Amino acid sequence: MSGRLDELQARLLDGDRRALSRVLSWVENGDARGREMLRRLYPRSGRARIIGLTGSPGAGKSTVTNEFAKVCRARGLSVGIVAVDPSSPYTQGAILGDRVRMAELHADRGVFIRSLASRGALGGLSAATQDVVHVLDAYGKDVVLIETVGAGQDEVEIASTAQTTVLVNTPNMGDDVQTLKAGIMEIADVLAVNKADLPGVDRMVSALKALLSLAPDRDWQPPITPLVATKSEGVEQLVDACEAHHAHLVETGRLADAESARARQQIVALARGRVLANLLNEIGEERLSQLSTAVASRSTDPHSAAEAWVGGE
Amino acid sequence: MPDTDAAAVAEKIRVLVAKPGLDGHDRGAKIVARALRDAGMEVIYTGIRQTPDMIAEAALQEDVHVIALSVLSGAHLELFPRIVDACRERGITPQNTLFLGGGIIPPDDAAMLQGVGFSAVFGPGAHTGDIAAYVREHVPALDRS
Ligand SMILES: Nc1nc2c(ncn2[C@@H]2O[C@H](COP(=O)(O)OP(=O)(O)O)[C@@H](O)[C@H]2O)c(=O)[nH]1
Ligand SMILES: [Mg+2]
Repeated sequence: MSGRLDELQARLLDGDRRALSRVLSWVENGDARGREMLRRLYPRSGRARIIGLTGSPGAGKSTVTNEFAKVCRARGLSVGIVAVDPSSPYTQGAILGDRVRMAELHADRGVFIRSLASRGALGGLSAATQDVVHVLDAYGKDVVLIETVGAGQDEVEIASTAQTTVLVNTPNMGDDVQTLKAGIMEIADVLAVNKADLPGVDRMVSALKALLSLAPDRDWQPPITPLVATKSEGVEQLVDACEAHHAHLVETGRLADAESARARQQIVALARGRVLANLLNEIGEERLSQLSTAVASRSTDPHSAAEAWVGGE
Repeated sequence: MPDTDAAAVAEKIRVLVAKPGLDGHDRGAKIVARALRDAGMEVIYTGIRQTPDMIAEAALQEDVHVIALSVLSGAHLELFPRIVDACRERGITPQNTLFLGGGIIPPDDAAMLQGVGFSAVFGPGAHTGDIAAYVREHVPALDRS
């Protein structure tokens, strides 16, 4: 097996898109070969700019991602795109439709797009998103753009995955601006107001400014950038704003801190999964079922059951 | 965030549903996309007016098991073989990927398409459940090494 992996690794590092694609699938599926490739490739990652785009469904995240990629390409940067869409909680199936808005990138060998289903993860990404980003980074992409599911207010996971997080707003959510809870405002490094061809842009910009003035003090003031993604207007400014944020991270030494924080968060998440899997292995599904039945029938309570399962302090 | 390793996610069937050609009717393609999603598969939907290169490139980048194409304009004999060629250029072949065609396709044409690598052809009356069952049955035989 290792001979085959050697060959695949060499092809991937030589820019072979098919090798990259296969490794991404292994990594996404938690395949042992994916783990091994990640172990080999990880030391080569850490060079790409990682930019997240989040915002409500229909705000234009995919369209903005497409335009963002075009500007990066014009600036001579290669681009990886990771677009996450939700899996059905009932069937585990998914329709991944973000490529529809990125059709014009298909002929450009400098762009690689991978669609991911959230596969039950709730934070707006999938469990494997970080690893997929690491592989694209090691492959040599200068910029990796991550489009989140966009399901709402809980998508703070992107902030610990991306170096710069863009929140894509639209003018017609002007009245709903109150619903932009503190959490999502705090993770946004750049506030895009897309669909600036629609009425209400100024109102939206003022509303965002007002919200920012209420947010806790940061040494970075998130810029507000109006754009019309469908007409490629304002995208240069958006990309510049992300550049400025990155420069700020470098100057303040935050970039390295953020990378450690990201690593820590990923280690903890992976360790948690392992501990849980070990517990399930050791104590067994059967014991867990017994405890669940006992809790359901009120012969014990959930805390006592958990303690009976893993042992008390 | 569960550990993907510990959670041991089984390999999901990934399907590219694409609508080549110039006609803009993607109702059929969308119905198939939804049916395969409801059968638990991950469907990459790329929209209408896809060129052979767009389809092949999406199949490559998404590492799909299945490429499902729908053409209602009657241009299947012209388009489908070109798509297989564009895929072959990228190492995507009927040995490692299932090619499925849909549309109004006469039996003679269907035989011809099977000759160029289409595994099956489904007419407008095909049950979506049969398409999902066909995919489930044939994907395990693909050479994905
Ligand atoms: N008027 C207008 N529509 C836009 C703009 N950007 C995107 N849209 C449209 O908004 C819809 C949703 O876009 P999409 O990128 O798929 O949004 P996502 O769900 O956030 O990824 C599509 O119909 C786009 O054409 C814009 O700048 N102006
Ligand atoms: Mg989208």
